[in-house]
Amino acid sequence: MGRFIVRRLAGMVAVLFAVSVLVFTIFNVIPNNDPARQLAGRSAKPQLIASITEEWGFDESLPKQYLTMMGNIFTGKVISYETRENVDERIVEGIPETFSLCIGAAVLWMFFGVLFGYLSAVRAGGLLDRVLTVVAVTGISIPVFWLAAILLNYLTYKLELFPSGDYVPFTENPIDWAYHLVLPWVTLAVVYVGFYSRVLRSNMLDAIDEDYVRAARAKGLSERRVMTRHVLRNSLVPIVTLFGLDFGALLGGAIVVEGIFSLNGIGQYAYESLINLDLPPIMAITLFGAFFIVLFNTLVDIAYAYLDPRVKLGESAQ
Amino acid sequence: MKGRSPWYLAYRRLRRNRAAWAFGGLLVAIVLFVLAAPLWSHGPADTGPNATHTTEKVGVDGETREVVNREGKPIGPLWLGAGGKFFLGADGRLGRDEMVRLMYGGRTSLLVGVVAALITVLLATVLGLLSGYYRGWIDAVIARALDVVWAIPVTLLGAALGLALAVGGLRIGPLALSGDSLWIPILIIGIVYTPYVTRPIRGEVLALREQEFVEAAVSQGAGPLRVMLGELLPNLLSTIIVFFAISIANSMLLESLLSFLGVGVQPPNTSWGTMIAEGFELITSSPQLTVIPGVMLLLTVLSVNVFADCLRDALDPHAKLRLEAHAGRTEPEGTAV
Repeated sequence: MGRFIVRRLAGMVAVLFAVSVLVFTIFNVIPNNDPARQLAGRSAKPQLIASITEEWGFDESLPKQYLTMMGNIFTGKVISYETRENVDERIVEGIPETFSLCIGAAVLWMFFGVLFGYLSAVRAGGLLDRVLTVVAVTGISIPVFWLAAILLNYLTYKLELFPSGDYVPFTENPIDWAYHLVLPWVTLAVVYVGFYSRVLRSNMLDAIDEDYVRAARAKGLSERRVMTRHVLRNSLVPIVTLFGLDFGALLGGAIVVEGIFSLNGIGQYAYESLINLDLPPIMAITLFGAFFIVLFNTLVDIAYAYLDPRVKLGESAQ
Repeated sequence: MKGRSPWYLAYRRLRRNRAAWAFGGLLVAIVLFVLAAPLWSHGPADTGPNATHTTEKVGVDGETREVVNREGKPIGPLWLGAGGKFFLGADGRLGRDEMVRLMYGGRTSLLVGVVAALITVLLATVLGLLSGYYRGWIDAVIARALDVVWAIPVTLLGAALGLALAVGGLRIGPLALSGDSLWIPILIIGIVYTPYVTRPIRGEVLALREQEFVEAAVSQGAGPLRVMLGELLPNLLSTIIVFFAISIANSMLLESLLSFLGVGVQPPNTSWGTMIAEGFELITSSPQLTVIPGVMLLLTVLSVNVFADCLRDALDPHAKLRLEAHAGRTEPEGTAV
């Protein structure tokens, strides 16, 4: 176990390093993107641009620039080229909103995903199963940003059922916090509800044929108990691993949802920085997002070994 | 009893599936709809997808109306009131014909989806075959490279690449693409989704290569290439076909998302994603400009997804390996048991 964790940690660092190099490279091959010009502002004199270039080290070699930027990111000194804000501080400011969004959506999608999947499997082939299948496949097929736009227009602007914008901190007023976040949560969760209920349904239908289920029935357990304690429980293992992976990658979804619902979190910051070709925040946010993905990948492997004793951690690398 | 090939049996199962008929039919209808774009554009609509009609007027049932009124609000759907002109109204301040744009935009969306999915599946098959067949260091190198792509949220990576290339275009040796080329979103989407398809294919190759028929081929003197293409590939085909279908749906969704963010399809090309992006700016006054392209996109992706589901059931009725679609992700193949 200890050796496994050490090896995975080393792997995580290596992947994060590669990610940072990749992003740095992408943004340094863009022609016409001179960060000095960006810092100097519109219609700046050439002398100013030249002095900024020198002061910020944009004339240094790329590897050196890369090292400087990475050093600044990890010591909290990195500055945006566009707004001159401290990037790390801005990310920390965005954490409450982004985490509120992601955690709330995750609770919603796990609850409804498991509920729908369970009902679908128990009533396999019946009317309820068919209705839930249609709902699930539609959920998987819906463009998230479009759903966000439609909900915002009809429920918030037209019917005025929900407030628009303005994040309310949880500590200030939990009810208002939730009220403001309902639509973003639903939007972000829809895809996953569809996906998880489909996966759970097919896992449960596979599990029903297993010997341990026949044994449970043979010893006279009620059908409900067989389904919940035996079939559902065993079918949840892949869902847990899936959840880890998807939750780790949720920042991607947050970019769009935050943008449309005007939440001022990390996703929104990522979007603004992309549009402004603002490399420092893009680097920092990508690393932040990649860190969570890699972290949750590792946690999933550990959880998998814990939930399914047949998995041996030592062999899991390949 | 007559022997039937597995492909025939799969076809027969598919033919019996009512959902496959319904959604396959819907998909065919949508494809015909977008293919008919020039007919509509040169016929009833009498305008191109990028032709502007800002200051023009159009006669509707005897009265003349402005295509774009003084407040900048575009005309709503006229249906056949003007003989097919502005069937779905105009698209905004520029007064372009929404119906014509919808048809041409659909072409772009479908084209990008299909070609990107082809690239994904092609790359994933090559990488999956190589790493599953050779294992060892080749497998390790490919796996690590894919881990890196995997570690960046799809939206973030797609948007970063899209932005970088839309600004500067792409130049690799003799290959030069300008920033507005459709190839840029196609390549980005095709590459971004590759890891998600490579892993399950590699898993299948690992399982297949232990089987007797591979051993038999090797003992007859078949080299690596022959084993991979002649023995393994045919056994992977049903998986590849299903992944191809799922990838089309996912690629179309990612294209629309990138276009919505302004880093996907670039003008003068139009896609349903760019139409939603433009429509969203007028959503309170002209919601149909957001609703219509979105519904088309939803219906297309939905029919592709359902058809992919039916295909999988038909090709592999006793599927143990489940390949659920969702952002290209497949079930984690569980860390080696």
